[in-house]
Amino acid sequence: MNFLKRAWLWFDDRTGLSGAIGPIARHAVPPNTATWFYVFGSATLFAFMLQVATGVTLAFIYVPSSGEAYQSLQYITTQTTFGRIVRGMHNWGASAMILLVGIHMIQVYLTAAYKFPREMNWISGVVLLALTVVMGFTGQVVRWDQTAVWSTIVAAEQAGRVPLLGGWLADFILGGDTVGGTTLSRMFAYHVFLIPALLFVFIGFHLYLVIKNGISEFPRAGDPVDPANYREKYETMVKQRGIPFWPDAAWKDMVFGFIVICTILVIAIVIGPPELGPPPDPSDIHALPVPDWYFVFYFAFLALMPPEIETYLMVFGPLLVGLLLFCLPFISNRGERSPLRRPWAVAIVALTIATISGLWAIGITSPWSPHFDAEPLTAEIIGADSGPLWRGGMNFNDKGCLYCHAISGHGGLRGPDLTYVGDRLSANELTWRIMNGGLNMPGFGGTLSNQELSDLVEFLASRKKE
Amino acid sequence: MSEKTGKSECTRRQFFVHVSMTLGSIAAVLVGVPIVGSILAPIIKKPEPEWRPVGALDSFKIGEFVKVNYVNTSPLPWAGVTAKSAAWLKRDGEEEFTAFSVNCAHLGCPVRWIEGARLFMCPCHGGVYYEDGSVAAGPPPRGLYQYPVRVNNGQVEILASPIPITTV
Repeated sequence: MNFLKRAWLWFDDRTGLSGAIGPIARHAVPPNTATWFYVFGSATLFAFMLQVATGVTLAFIYVPSSGEAYQSLQYITTQTTFGRIVRGMHNWGASAMILLVGIHMIQVYLTAAYKFPREMNWISGVVLLALTVVMGFTGQVVRWDQTAVWSTIVAAEQAGRVPLLGGWLADFILGGDTVGGTTLSRMFAYHVFLIPALLFVFIGFHLYLVIKNGISEFPRAGDPVDPANYREKYETMVKQRGIPFWPDAAWKDMVFGFIVICTILVIAIVIGPPELGPPPDPSDIHALPVPDWYFVFYFAFLALMPPEIETYLMVFGPLLVGLLLFCLPFISNRGERSPLRRPWAVAIVALTIATISGLWAIGITSPWSPHFDAEPLTAEIIGADSGPLWRGGMNFNDKGCLYCHAISGHGGLRGPDLTYVGDRLSANELTWRIMNGGLNMPGFGGTLSNQELSDLVEFLASRKKE
Repeated sequence: MSEKTGKSECTRRQFFVHVSMTLGSIAAVLVGVPIVGSILAPIIKKPEPEWRPVGALDSFKIGEFVKVNYVNTSPLPWAGVTAKSAAWLKRDGEEEFTAFSVNCAHLGCPVRWIEGARLFMCPCHGGVYYEDGSVAAGPPPRGLYQYPVRVNNGQVEILASPIPITTV
């Protein structure tokens, strides 16, 4: 017997590790769970492990001080050996977490794996989803640049809309009543201590439940869940036809997990971490805070909803979604599991994906924002380089019209495209609208001279198709 | 006899359960008060608004909005650049000033003064304000927040306040 083997036998004798873990690793699982369909939960776990490893590494170098974090991030990105790759992996790993959590959840919902006796599997999963989202947000904030500062303020403002408690919640998020020396330290504590501690607890619980209740078998149409006999049926099936989880089913988890980790690494090397924005200066107003991609759909949602109901949606929307998810296994915990027999479940998933994708697509262009960097109209587009037409075109540039209205491809998308406005509106109508404004347009009556107004109207009236 | 022993053992056991639970709870509360207290401190402790100088009286032209920077109400030594705050300031007359928060009343994004249009515009969700701070367009539920301004020994001073939170 060589030394290593004897050392292991001694260690195993004193700790009993193989006796404790072996049966868990080799426990029998339903044969039809050993498919590529079942790799997403474990892939999420692998991505989480990568987040822990890269996150701890970043914490070796990062300085969680409102005044100095930005410099330490620059140091990580440009000076530290492999720092750029580690930051990149942590960033893209976060995206992978969100993506994999989403896929895992959709899959569990579609195959109704949340039904009896796995209600608590689902509920602990919902808690993990919420914690992952909070990690995503706090992670964007500890990337302490200009966007982080303004995102924190936007989050505090949203919390401020909660009835009664709003002001307190906002101060709690800011760590005071301004962004400053206390803000980042607290975000860091959430991101690095508090939420991860909860994640470890709930991931442990979630995995324990997977062992305790067994991996749910792939559903067959016409084989409904009945709490009265489900456990008995499951145990008999596993006893008769089960296969050991390790390695018969687990090898696919390992292969897919390997691909996920390698993909994150390659993206981190090729693309690298997101560029740091300008420094976190609350007095710098040239900020356009846009969240990372996985929050863009919510960003779009906030922008598109009618102002009259937004406070309610902002506060009760997420709460209601959370509550619905939480209650799902109590709403239906028996019956058909196969998506073939659950058209509503399929429809809900399809609708949710369509809605989120749609909001996401809109969020990328953010047509509700004034575009301050819009290209000014040129003499060619205006169709003159002097005279009233030219002056009107220049007024269109200078008076801010351009930020919201596009003409011939120049300008913002907030208001209607005015390329052919001359076909729709007469000079009188144009004058009236410019003077008085409208639904989402300020009235310019007080700020335009008569000359400017008539030039502008003449210019707009000339925007015709021919 | 055996019954009595059993009973007394049970009582004894129950006593230990109560002792453990009670001591545990008391310890948790004793430790919890300072812990929760420290964490909640920012929502309990309110800094007083402070007058902050933003520039000499002569440096402001009448009728023009300029962005002024100042130190916020509760600067900590390690806050660095994040101790800064900003406001939009306009000199209305000899000693009269108007100061608006740079935070949009919708969700707090920084509004920009567009001189040509004489409007404040928010880049986030399209909030627009007239030069008197009232809502011109977009989702803001109220006008821009205004700060008190005073002139003190030839210096213009703004009453630095918390980030305005639009509550319901």
